[in-house]
Amino acid sequence: MSDKLYKALLFLTALIMPIVCGGVVYALVTDAYDAFEHFGFFKFLTSSDWNYTQGAEQYGALPFITGTLMTTLLALVFCIPFSLPVALFVGEYFKGTKAASVLGTITDLLAGIPSIIYGLWGFYTLRPLIMALNISPQGSGILTASMVLAIMIVPYAASLSTEFIKMVPNDLKEGAYSLGATRAEVVRKIIFPVAGSGIFSSYVLAIGRALGETMTVTMLIGNTNNIPDSITSTGNSMASIIANQFGEADDLRLSSLIAIGLILFLITAIINMIGKMMIKRARIS
Amino acid sequence: MESVKPILEFRKTCVSYTKQTMAVKYVSAAIEKNTITAIMGPSGCGKSTLLRAANLMHNLYQNIRVDGEILLNGENILSMEPIDVRRRVGMVFQRPAPFPTMSIYDNVLSGFALNGIKLSKAEKDATVERCLKSVALWDEVKDVLNKKGTFLSGGQQQRLCIARALAMKPDVLLMDEPTSALDPIATKHIEELLLELQKEVTILIVTHNMGQAKRISSKSMFMYLGELVEYGDTEAMFSNPADERTRAYLTGKMG
Repeated sequence: MSDKLYKALLFLTALIMPIVCGGVVYALVTDAYDAFEHFGFFKFLTSSDWNYTQGAEQYGALPFITGTLMTTLLALVFCIPFSLPVALFVGEYFKGTKAASVLGTITDLLAGIPSIIYGLWGFYTLRPLIMALNISPQGSGILTASMVLAIMIVPYAASLSTEFIKMVPNDLKEGAYSLGATRAEVVRKIIFPVAGSGIFSSYVLAIGRALGETMTVTMLIGNTNNIPDSITSTGNSMASIIANQFGEADDLRLSSLIAIGLILFLITAIINMIGKMMIKRARIS
Repeated sequence: MESVKPILEFRKTCVSYTKQTMAVKYVSAAIEKNTITAIMGPSGCGKSTLLRAANLMHNLYQNIRVDGEILLNGENILSMEPIDVRRRVGMVFQRPAPFPTMSIYDNVLSGFALNGIKLSKAEKDATVERCLKSVALWDEVKDVLNKKGTFLSGGQQQRLCIARALAMKPDVLLMDEPTSALDPIATKHIEELLLELQKEVTILIVTHNMGQAKRISSKSMFMYLGELVEYGDTEAMFSNPADERTRAYLTGKMG
């Protein structure tokens, strides 16, 4: 009898998550509906106007989609040369040593730092440096946001990649060494190909993290509603435009912001799903 | 007794994993060219450890020390570059492990690829055919050379690994219980193969299987607690072991 009760309770609690998820999607879709209906879904995606003058309202998501994609991809590019060596250090070269566990722990620690702190550091340390180096006059912009974003996603990419590098069977490595390979050759020709799909999927998940990162990007991207014409120019990401304007927006503008949120949600969900699927496949093989 | 210059010679070889304990203690033994030498002994006696010393596998791990001398054609390998040694002393492991991202064809050539040695297409084809023929795998796989090596059966995979080692034309082939993960039929194939192969390469094989040692080796070593207890002609050792411990092991009283 109590078994049945437990089962029913468990079932009910388990039901809550899908309901919450469905509720979020439902709310997003209904609230975004106005914007899509007014501008048309495709037009909304491709328009670069963001004009909230009463009577001449025009909203389009393109600048923000561009901003998000630029910061994310640039962050990925900056992240690889830091996370891959960490993964090799911890997972292969110094596997099982004290040094490896210290480095691994410190890298994981980076993941626990609140994003507002990264934002502050970026704003008061990195931004002045970028101005001093004459890279851009205002200091903030796509580049600055991407650099800090890169540091934030290093732990995610590194710890997952480490796991896959560690999983390369010793048999294969020793087999390669026994044929006269050097360590670098073993890394390049055995470890990378064997762990490759796993490493790739860990970067897909890191992208998933970077896409939605809000606070740091909002503090550093410059918050202008244009399509960024270079990596040093300012812009807005999908998350940062919402964070910037949701408090003062109503009606069509609010609906447009929510529509951007819906698009961000969909992109992130798809990327995460692809990443998780790839990890599952990499783990099986 | 004719004196043949040994191809591989252990001279007071010691291997230690920790400062306090030695896994292999002062082993001295000369291995003749084109023979099969079996290394027998109970688990933990140091036979694999001794074998792995012969191609500097221990250099991969920081804590392991190898002392004494190991001569390859008269030259002490302990003072040579591991990479050069390993190209001349090949190795086959307990579990067959072809490189999973490579085709059968590329697996045979992996030694060249790993060392960055470029071969012409004709050289590659010839090497693949030669090596797969010498492990009696050619007829079975010649039409599927582009398939992954992991697609083969366990016995075939192990023969592929032997072919991969042979491709580098090593002087000595070290085998660490190469048939312990295989079924009896695959084991029989490999044993027949080794008897053929000794014409081209000197084989040192660690085995748990006394029958196997008897069937294929001309010389045998018996190790116990890190020491080389007895080394001599396999037949003589099996019929009349010199040491009481060898006798106890061979008659199944210890193992």
